[in-house]
Amino acid sequence: MRIAIASGKGGTGKTTLAVSLALVLAETHPVELVDCDVEEPNDHIFLSPIIHERKPVEVLVPEVDREACLGCGACAKACRYGALVVIGRKVFFHYELCHGCGLCRMVCPTEAIREVPRTIGWIERGEGKGLPFLQGVLNVGEPRATPVIRALKEMADPKRITILDSPPGTGCPMVETVRDADYVILVTEPTAFGLHDLRAALAVTEALSVPAGVVVSKWGVGTDHVERFCEEKGLPVLLRIPWDQAIARAYANGIPLVEALPEWREPLRNLFQDILLAREGRRNG
Amino acid sequence: MVELVVISGKGGTGKTTVVGALAFLARDKVLADCDVDAANLHLLLRPKIEEKIPYEGSELAQIEKSKCLGCGNCVEACRFWAIISEDGVYRVDPLSCEGCGVCFQVCPAGAVSLKPRLSGWIYVSHTDYGPLVHGELLPGEENTGKLVTAVKMRARAIAKDTGAKWLFVDGAPGIGCPVIASLSGAHAVLIVTEPSLSALHDLKRAAELARHFRAKVSVVINKADLAPNLVEKIEMEASEEGLPILGHIPYDETVIRAQAAGRPVVEYNSGPAARAIQALWQKLSAWIEL
Repeated sequence: MRIAIASGKGGTGKTTLAVSLALVLAETHPVELVDCDVEEPNDHIFLSPIIHERKPVEVLVPEVDREACLGCGACAKACRYGALVVIGRKVFFHYELCHGCGLCRMVCPTEAIREVPRTIGWIERGEGKGLPFLQGVLNVGEPRATPVIRALKEMADPKRITILDSPPGTGCPMVETVRDADYVILVTEPTAFGLHDLRAALAVTEALSVPAGVVVSKWGVGTDHVERFCEEKGLPVLLRIPWDQAIARAYANGIPLVEALPEWREPLRNLFQDILLAREGRRNG
Repeated sequence: MVELVVISGKGGTGKTTVVGALAFLARDKVLADCDVDAANLHLLLRPKIEEKIPYEGSELAQIEKSKCLGCGNCVEACRFWAIISEDGVYRVDPLSCEGCGVCFQVCPAGAVSLKPRLSGWIYVSHTDYGPLVHGELLPGEENTGKLVTAVKMRARAIAKDTGAKWLFVDGAPGIGCPVIASLSGAHAVLIVTEPSLSALHDLKRAAELARHFRAKVSVVINKADLAPNLVEKIEMEASEEGLPILGHIPYDETVIRAQAAGRPVVEYNSGPAARAIQALWQKLSAWIEL
């Protein structure tokens, strides 16, 4: 079972929830926490994991053999991303625009293009606080997070409950994370920004036909617009986490919520039961 | 014209709050919201939309059933797992297709065509604070970086036409393609951070990315009073990296109330956060002109 924890807006509490939910479930179930926010992975801060496996993530990019190249421009014409440009019969390659599709190699009449692997990031596997842990780390300067997330998900242990901590937003990295999840928890805050971005995130989970529920963090500040929106949409509010200095302090110092405030174990266990019930209900009706 | 890009690494640190405040404080400016998958700046600036431009950043492959031979060449060749075969019928999954055209190339029957796809919208608006350009990515669409570039190009053109002194760009969280696109061509970068180990970790990666570009980089610490021990850590890190800290903004719930009222916080009242951002703006403008 895969549970993704996502949000449109950043900083709403995805990491807080993902780490603590995984820790609580690990007391009774086989669980793995997978940090898919490969641009800014933070789960490791709360687990201080020992990493015992490290694997590069490679994508294929073209390399042009200058001897064989006629400078005909077929590759530049074919590339839909503008990653290849021919100036004065010489090919220039802009890797940051390349999607690694391989079309340039196919269309080259003299087989002057071959594809070579380029390392764009790393997958790390380890364990922290007794919890099996996977994270992806995108190399700084690399634009494409999606291949790292895909590689990360392939490495997840299918026999365990997988908790996927998603990057913020609603773009391709978030879509890649939540697309084949069994359930998505959308974390939001009761503010105008929180509501606006919850709508956007919900549009994605609806497009992907993944069932979703909401967790409201910093509850008590702001307005009740988020709650009203959930009611209108028939979205379950699974948990409300109040704005609380003690929670903020634990987060700031890299201490998991359930470690600093063990009274949160029970509500998180209940949250998981609610997700199981929601899935049951869906299956039966 | 000076182009200032506001980024953060970690999300939710207060980029939009700061940019919204700058919109009120600075004169002669154009605003661009480049966080196209969660654009929020317009919620503070009450825009009157003057133009809504469809954004077609890529193409989408389509397979014509009657022509398809079922050979599976396209499935083989597609690197994005975008071709789905169900009972011998091939179709394209629009969420996976990156519009590269490989399937079109390898199809022996001419069954594949590529159609422009609507990936989002670009809005050009009038606001009481100056022109605003913002993008909106449709749910699940690709090409965030290209849309960011399109938003920025439009904002730059307006800044040029109006002779604006400033272009303020509200960036996306993270360090991936939308952030890289928003940093391209920037003169100055402001990283909004907060006192937490997560934000500190993300600040380092964001600063490293920003240095790839030829821009001056500075930092402001938001919600600074929530964890004084970590403020110290951030200050030490910033000084080691040679990043000036241009301000400390205290946690202030009026920021959220201003948001609900749809106003920049500095316009809403003159509470602690508003005063700190005013001081930030003075330092920031002096630092940029150095």
